[in-house]
Amino acid sequence: MSGTFVGMPAFPEAAREAVGNATLRGNLRHATHTIRAKRAKAVSEVSDWAELREAGKRIKDHTLRHLDRYLEQLEEAVTAAGGIVHWAADAAEANEIVTQLVKMTGESEVVKVKSMATQEIGLNEALEAEGIRAYETDLAELIVQLGKDRPSHILVPAIHRNRGEIRDIFTQEMSEWGRPAPEGLTDTPAELAEAARLHLREKFLRAEVGISGANFMVAETGTLVVVESEGNGRMCLTLPETLISVVGIEKIVPTWRDLEVFLQTLPRSSTAERMNPYTSTWTGTTDGDGPSTFHLVLLDNGRTDTLADEVGRQALRCIRCSACLNVCPVYERAGGHAYGSVYPGPIGAILSPQLRGTGSEIDASLPYASSLCGACYEVCPVAIDIPEVLVHLRERVVEGGEVTREGNRVVLRPAKGHAAERAAMRAARWAFTHPGALRTGQRAASRTRRFHPRTLPGPGRAWSGTRDLPPVPAEPFRDWWQRTRGGKDGAK
Amino acid sequence: MNSRERILGRVRRALADVPADETPIARDYLREHGRRTVAETVELLAENLADYRAIVHRTDSAGLPGLIAGLLEKRGAASVLVPPGLDEGWLAATGVTRVADRAESTPAELDRVDSVVTACAVAIAETGTIVLDGSPDQGRRRITLVPDHHVCVVRVPDQVVSSVPQALERLDPVRPLTWISGPSATSDIELDRVEGVHGPRTLEVILVGEA
Ligand code: SF4
Repeated sequence: MSGTFVGMPAFPEAAREAVGNATLRGNLRHATHTIRAKRAKAVSEVSDWAELREAGKRIKDHTLRHLDRYLEQLEEAVTAAGGIVHWAADAAEANEIVTQLVKMTGESEVVKVKSMATQEIGLNEALEAEGIRAYETDLAELIVQLGKDRPSHILVPAIHRNRGEIRDIFTQEMSEWGRPAPEGLTDTPAELAEAARLHLREKFLRAEVGISGANFMVAETGTLVVVESEGNGRMCLTLPETLISVVGIEKIVPTWRDLEVFLQTLPRSSTAERMNPYTSTWTGTTDGDGPSTFHLVLLDNGRTDTLADEVGRQALRCIRCSACLNVCPVYERAGGHAYGSVYPGPIGAILSPQLRGTGSEIDASLPYASSLCGACYEVCPVAIDIPEVLVHLRERVVEGGEVTREGNRVVLRPAKGHAAERAAMRAARWAFTHPGALRTGQRAASRTRRFHPRTLPGPGRAWSGTRDLPPVPAEPFRDWWQRTRGGKDGAK
Repeated sequence: MNSRERILGRVRRALADVPADETPIARDYLREHGRRTVAETVELLAENLADYRAIVHRTDSAGLPGLIAGLLEKRGAASVLVPPGLDEGWLAATGVTRVADRAESTPAELDRVDSVVTACAVAIAETGTIVLDGSPDQGRRRITLVPDHHVCVVRVPDQVVSSVPQALERLDPVRPLTWISGPSATSDIELDRVEGVHGPRTLEVILVGEA
């Protein structure tokens, strides 16, 4: 997986910087707490949430366990409906395919719907290198793009920016990219949104090529689904002549009916709404309505390697709702950028090191970017046991072992200088192999605390003296924070 | 070996631990939430539409043309987009210039139109959603996207379902579908909700019942 935030320090260093930034922390805390409260209310409206969650988990697991069959079925259905299917083993190949497809249209600019997959592969940069300009059209993505910034949240990528900063970015940068910001632009959200509307509308109306991802692909019918709020998605999906969708191979559901589960759980989990303002579905091409050419690029880029890990593969169930970010005490403090990936927060901590391997310092440190408090698992609408995968990945980093990289089995050597983690790991594993210790209440954090002395003995002492974040739940994150930083940042 | 074979090969090797066949997925979630009479379901639709800032009107077939004419007038619309299969009678009471939904019209032409009037395929009460499926009385997807004012007519109670599962049952996946829950909105700036970024900023839904 490319698209690593180049030059990112490992998580502990990056996090230390983030927690020192009061504005960032304030913005994030406000946002995560607000969404969290709204989400709880949206979920409580449906009495069968537990059953929906279980069904979502099972549908996704079943799909992943027969992914070859569903990929072939999907390809057949999309082709029969008039679409053209391409397969990309990695980021470079996906970028190459998309670049060629755009070049074939003779166009030098494209409009884009917010998509994690295209960020993951660094598509905009690849297109730029070939002289093709990609315009992000989601408001938050526009803010990030104009600000030459990185997204910090899955759902609200510019959550780290407040209105004053956004006004300044619009005023200074919009003219570089097209229609300038209106004179005397203030920082009210309504005016800022209007400026974005005007700026982007001229692009939508002339665009010949649109690029998107998809939230779901239905194997049975070849239907793609995009959920969104602003209408920029609808613009990109319907106005251009050519549509190119880049989608991870894990985004399949087997049948049309399966959408009934996810169209209930995704909006409530992500934006805390009963339903997002717009959902678009399309099956190949339709005469006279929408693009006349549709390309689907199926992306592997580390997903088959993740699939090969029997514990870690559950991360591929993720529907990118971002609920786990909003409940994570570590994310709230550290910010989205500290994760060095387009997937921040708890899901990023388990997904990125699997997609990219644990070769780099940042990826090796990500499984430690958690307090193992279990809140992420509780909110996850497809019941991904993030703490379980975190502990599993920590073991892999510390003790090495067999993994799959680019389709080949390789033996990973234990990470150097992780003696302390090794010792700590054994204790954590004890907890995880004794399911009773995990099953209830606060799960790992409160449970394993009993088995960990406050200061680790032997090599552990060296660890606790030099690291900013605990590698195992020696204590819950909040307690640890209180102890080490307590009072300094107004933590509650 | 091409990438297709490479990826499928990797998937198959990755899944060596998985048995070939498994039990079907249990679907013990609800088909709809709560028991409601037909009238209550329509009422819930109206409430949830309004909660998402759609403007809801109610009338019967006799009152429909007058209501539509009034809404266009109030809006100050000079032109209205009309899908090819829209019931002629719906626009009988208005003199506003009609613009046909033509395949060759450019997005810029659509951008100059003030309002659009369509029917819908189905409406979902529990979520406050209307669904368009591109049928002749709803037109191409873009006509309900580019103009700033969308008037959508829902026949109650026959086009209303309670829930998302019931809606999917009625819809044809081969058609391009647009599910609309309230007007376009964003919460990207400090989570303050702003209506109308790129889609219509005003959505008016008319519930038409038998008198
Ligand atoms: S891991 Fe679960 S909670 Fe987190 S983004 Fe994915 S689906 Fe949502």
